[in-house]
Amino acid sequence: MSDVQSDEKWAQMMRAALGGDEAVYRRLLEEIGRSVRAMARGAFSRARVGDADVEDVVQETLLAIHLKRQTWDGGLKLAPWVGAIARHKIIDAMRRRGARRIEPIEDFEGVLAAPEGEDPHARSDAERLMQQLAPRQRDIVRSISLEGESISATAMRLSMTEGAVRVALHRALKSLAASWREATQ
Amino acid sequence: MKTSELIEALAADPAPRMPTLRASLGAALALGAALSAAMFFATIGPRDDFAQAVHTVRFDLKFVDTLALLLPSALLCLHVLRPDARLRMWALLLLTPMVILALAVVGEMLVVPQSEWGTLMRGDNALHCLRVIPLLSIAPLAVLIYAMRAGAPQNPTLAGALAGAAAAGIAATLYASNCTDDSPLFVASWYPLATLIVVVAGAAAGNRFLRW
Repeated sequence: MSDVQSDEKWAQMMRAALGGDEAVYRRLLEEIGRSVRAMARGAFSRARVGDADVEDVVQETLLAIHLKRQTWDGGLKLAPWVGAIARHKIIDAMRRRGARRIEPIEDFEGVLAAPEGEDPHARSDAERLMQQLAPRQRDIVRSISLEGESISATAMRLSMTEGAVRVALHRALKSLAASWREATQ
Repeated sequence: MKTSELIEALAADPAPRMPTLRASLGAALALGAALSAAMFFATIGPRDDFAQAVHTVRFDLKFVDTLALLLPSALLCLHVLRPDARLRMWALLLLTPMVILALAVVGEMLVVPQSEWGTLMRGDNALHCLRVIPLLSIAPLAVLIYAMRAGAPQNPTLAGALAGAAAAGIAATLYASNCTDDSPLFVASWYPLATLIVVVAGAAAGNRFLRW
């Protein structure tokens, strides 16, 4: 599939996701994740910083994409926007690892064609950062992400309303992004 | 945590009904201007001869200047909130107030004798101007920075500086109706200095609060 097609497809998927289609959103995030992984791996190897925290960059980028969705202009293309967010996070990660010279990062469009799968053994900092969440929030994130429990099942188990679970989940994701950012500074 | 697990959590978090960036920035500008105006009218207020002053070119020109600062900076504030924003030609908009001011200064130098330039430049309110504009900028700057936290600027410091310029634009517009020094020589000497103070404060706030 050519990049243009995949980009228009991404933009369509994002529109569906913003309209509330959870399944499409999950698929879009998976596809974006694979492309960002290829981009981060390429950038890290060119800067010779090793790729131990590629998965951190992928996750930080996905989290930022999620929390900053309203900064996408809703146009025909999604890739330039995704690429800009990924580049921002890759540069942060390189600074964190003490890279002195930051090489120009290749255009995101260049890596769309060669996505990479997740290393099943990779573990990110998210695990450690989750320790900083309030216990209730941590429980909710854990049951939805690790155990694949639904919002309604989680609500039932914790005797909360679904709305309260959603709010807690959203706050948890925001504070996860914030503690990642603090770890960077 | 694996990436696939994080994606599960993200997908379960529904799209919030957030206002668009344009709407929230517009609301922030309106609220900031209202707060600043409330502070202005409760304290110094417009000058006594305001009704006569509006019929003079020099007085009116001050508002052209301050609005030429406010509008482009506000537009650019919105623009840089997108992570994929490219500044390019947009940045040239920021030259508008400077060009207008420079032309006004040249005009003034042509119509008033050289012996008066120094007096006009110093005016009677230089320190007042340097104090009042930053003070009236505080509320709009705070509200703008708060609203801009929803954005994802490539350069948070620059975004904060632009917020500072927009806040100074609001403050300077209000202050211009109080100040009795109308000569472009005065305006060009002191307003930019007062603006610079707010821009530096905005840059510091951006660096602190607009990271993402």
